[in-house]
Amino acid sequence: MRFGLQSRGSAARSIKKVCLSSVVTLSLLAAGIVSAAEVNVYSARQENLIKPILDRFSEQTGITVNLITGGADELITRMELEGANSPADILLTVDVGRLHRAKEMGLLQPVQSDVLTSRIPEQYRDSDGQWFSVSLRSRVIVYDKERVDPAELSTYEALTDPKWAGKICIRSSSNIYNQSLTASMVSHHGVEATEDWARGLVANMARNPQGGDRDQIAAVAVGQCELAVVNTYYLAGMLDATTDAEREQAQAVAVFWPNQDGRGAHINVSGAGVSEYAPNRAEAVQLLEYMVGDEAQAWYAETNNEFPIRTDIPVSDTLRSWGEFKADPLALEQLGIHNSEAVRLMDRAGWR
Amino acid sequence: MVKHGAIIAIIALCLLLSIPVLTVFSSIGAGSDGVWAHLVDTLLWDYIGQSLMLMTGVGLLVLVLGVAPAWLVTMNRFPGSRLLEWALVLPLAMPAYIIAYTYTGMLDVTGPVQGFIRDTFDLRFGDYWFPQIRSLGGAITMLSLVLYPYVYLLSRMAFIEQSVCVLEVSRTLGAGPWRAFTRVAVPLARPAIIAGLALVLMETLADYGTVQYFGISTFTTGIFRTWFGMGSSTAAAQLSAVLMLFILALILTEHWSRSRARYHHTSTKYSRLPQIHLHGWRKWLALIFCAAPVALGFLIPFLQLAYWAWDTRHLVDFSAFSTLLFNSLRLALTAAVIALVLGLFISYAKRLQPNLMMRSSVRLLGLGYAIPGTVIAVGVLIPFAWVDNSIDAWMQAQFDISTGLIFSGTLVALVFAYIVRFLPVAMNTVDAGLSKIRPSMDDAGRSMGMGAWQILRRIHIPMLRGSLLTASLLVFVDVLKELPATLILRPFNFNTLAIRTYELANQERLTEAAASALMIVLAGIIPVIIISLSISGSRPGHDVRT
Repeated sequence: MRFGLQSRGSAARSIKKVCLSSVVTLSLLAAGIVSAAEVNVYSARQENLIKPILDRFSEQTGITVNLITGGADELITRMELEGANSPADILLTVDVGRLHRAKEMGLLQPVQSDVLTSRIPEQYRDSDGQWFSVSLRSRVIVYDKERVDPAELSTYEALTDPKWAGKICIRSSSNIYNQSLTASMVSHHGVEATEDWARGLVANMARNPQGGDRDQIAAVAVGQCELAVVNTYYLAGMLDATTDAEREQAQAVAVFWPNQDGRGAHINVSGAGVSEYAPNRAEAVQLLEYMVGDEAQAWYAETNNEFPIRTDIPVSDTLRSWGEFKADPLALEQLGIHNSEAVRLMDRAGWR
Repeated sequence: MVKHGAIIAIIALCLLLSIPVLTVFSSIGAGSDGVWAHLVDTLLWDYIGQSLMLMTGVGLLVLVLGVAPAWLVTMNRFPGSRLLEWALVLPLAMPAYIIAYTYTGMLDVTGPVQGFIRDTFDLRFGDYWFPQIRSLGGAITMLSLVLYPYVYLLSRMAFIEQSVCVLEVSRTLGAGPWRAFTRVAVPLARPAIIAGLALVLMETLADYGTVQYFGISTFTTGIFRTWFGMGSSTAAAQLSAVLMLFILALILTEHWSRSRARYHHTSTKYSRLPQIHLHGWRKWLALIFCAAPVALGFLIPFLQLAYWAWDTRHLVDFSAFSTLLFNSLRLALTAAVIALVLGLFISYAKRLQPNLMMRSSVRLLGLGYAIPGTVIAVGVLIPFAWVDNSIDAWMQAQFDISTGLIFSGTLVALVFAYIVRFLPVAMNTVDAGLSKIRPSMDDAGRSMGMGAWQILRRIHIPMLRGSLLTASLLVFVDVLKELPATLILRPFNFNTLAIRTYELANQERLTEAAASALMIVLAGIIPVIIISLSISGSRPGHDVRT
């Protein structure tokens, strides 16, 4: 049997066709740029976790939302390289460290909005108004209900106690949530003490860091480790999961809120800022304000199991069942400021 | 002879396509704010060690999985051998990150297999031994299972084309089948085997999805971490430069092994390959040896994905699938056609004018294949944004019109990145085909008064059909699977199957990601089968009746 291009003629024709179709695609794209009111979002939050609420915004305001998703670092790099002509209006991330970096790189602009300042507590927004949090999550300890007595647990610092040797699961130091947790330790205790802490934690790890937060919870459930450090919405998501296996794993563990007698549990946020060169600044601010409005906040709470940024919006039933907790009042920009020190000390401590 | 203008144009094209690679390296000279020193102190040796171990492991395993089955199905008949002939290529349709997700879902400590062991024997974790899937060994296995088809394809092509005479001579000299294989066939096929191995090792170096998922510190994960995590593009470029040394060594090895001998056919006498019918335990052993790579690299993960996709069908938004599929296919098709045309012209120009300038610019271009997609993407972003912003500044100054970004954030930039990354695949395949056409064919054409263009059109292209088809389909499948560059460079509101799969898998929703993963594999199967069949038919004189 012989397969090959039918003839030169058809090959040439198909090349022409492809060229033509790319020209058509391009002009369509170009035409799209000059349509009516719109806002361009660079989002580190993945499509299925943000698109529904953006669609609601479009329905209510008539403003078209254009979306690109991707890793926050890659999106920031893209914004930086595109420079003054970047189409980005809003940068949306799932961690404050990245927002702070974007600010430091001069990619964001200050926004004055009474709606935003009145609804978002001060420690959850940038002091210059360059970024705003829209939802909260805590990084907590989860433990094996059968094998661990919660009275044994107290703080993040105490995780280095030799009694936990070979019993802790936590993901890689490449993960931004771990970087931010470590950055918060740096701002409370300084680099040196935090590096000692990281060494102690590495010594207590049950396995080389691998997988995501859900994997750590599952590893506790099957007995590979007794403790794990994870974000709250992952556990809540597993408890609400449709598969029995995942729900059973989540039910095998319980939440412990760390540092309740001291500064409180570590808090991280998802948030957004308006781009320095935003071509649609007014629409961008409008979208930010919408995201702290009743509808969006309730949606964050129910669908994503995050804590709303506003205290007057109820949390989901799953989160409520874990009870009240005390949150670390640290100004979140500190997490960004100490990120680079945190990453380097984790490297030195051998946290993979 | 060819006009100088054409040659200069080709060299200029090579250099244009090398801009992303050069861009990345241009920042090496700058200071890196102590990040480089930090890396040397902490992680650099880890990156080098792990990358070397990964390459060694994958290299050895793909040789076992690729060369031996190629010989078995080409020279022997055993149950299922006709089917396995093309089925052995199927894992090529399976992206490495997807096979890694799938096996992790099955074999990890929390997966169903270990769960079954624990339930059945009433054990707890730690009471029994089970291989750790997320490990260096796991990554070596995953990458080998999907990359061995490159070695299989190229060595099979070589075995098919070997003159029977040589093998018959070896038999008359008293060599058994085993000695004919090890002493004659493999040495003769060595350039092809090494070319396949070079492709595999480059893919291994460029892989990000698998090593990142398994938590292994290789160069790629290191570059990511340094560039994005520490915000140091300089240190990342310096890391990339070390990576480049590896790649250069690979390319030179491949070149060296090829240059020591010429492998044109010297005889025009071909007959059907004599195939040995295997009997008894030999035939079952051959069957197991050839069926295992297909089962592990394709069948098992495919069935697992299908099961997950069925299980989560009510959670998956299938309405978006036609757009995702269309986007994936149109990108893959565009890139494949462009890569084919450019690959043909560049390879042909190199054949006509193998001077130093030409050879070095082609080699520079070849580096693209081993560079991680994200690095290429940034290498594309920088020059495109520069051009766009320059045009904008000029138009503003001259006419007070802002043109904004013309190419950045469009499919043009994305396809450009694909070409930079995958053109070497097309070029290698076309090169291999061209090198088998004896120079006397060109001479014959010239003696009949044909120009270079006519020789290409009337002699080479018809003779190269098989290679051209393979080249374009390989690029097609590669683009279909590509993830990191697509993620960074795509325009607004544009998604592909690979992106959808990644986003769900990244949220640790492996089972929901299965439906789109399955679509990628399905879309890749047909081109892969065509490649495989066209190679079966590529034996010179295979339609000669004897």
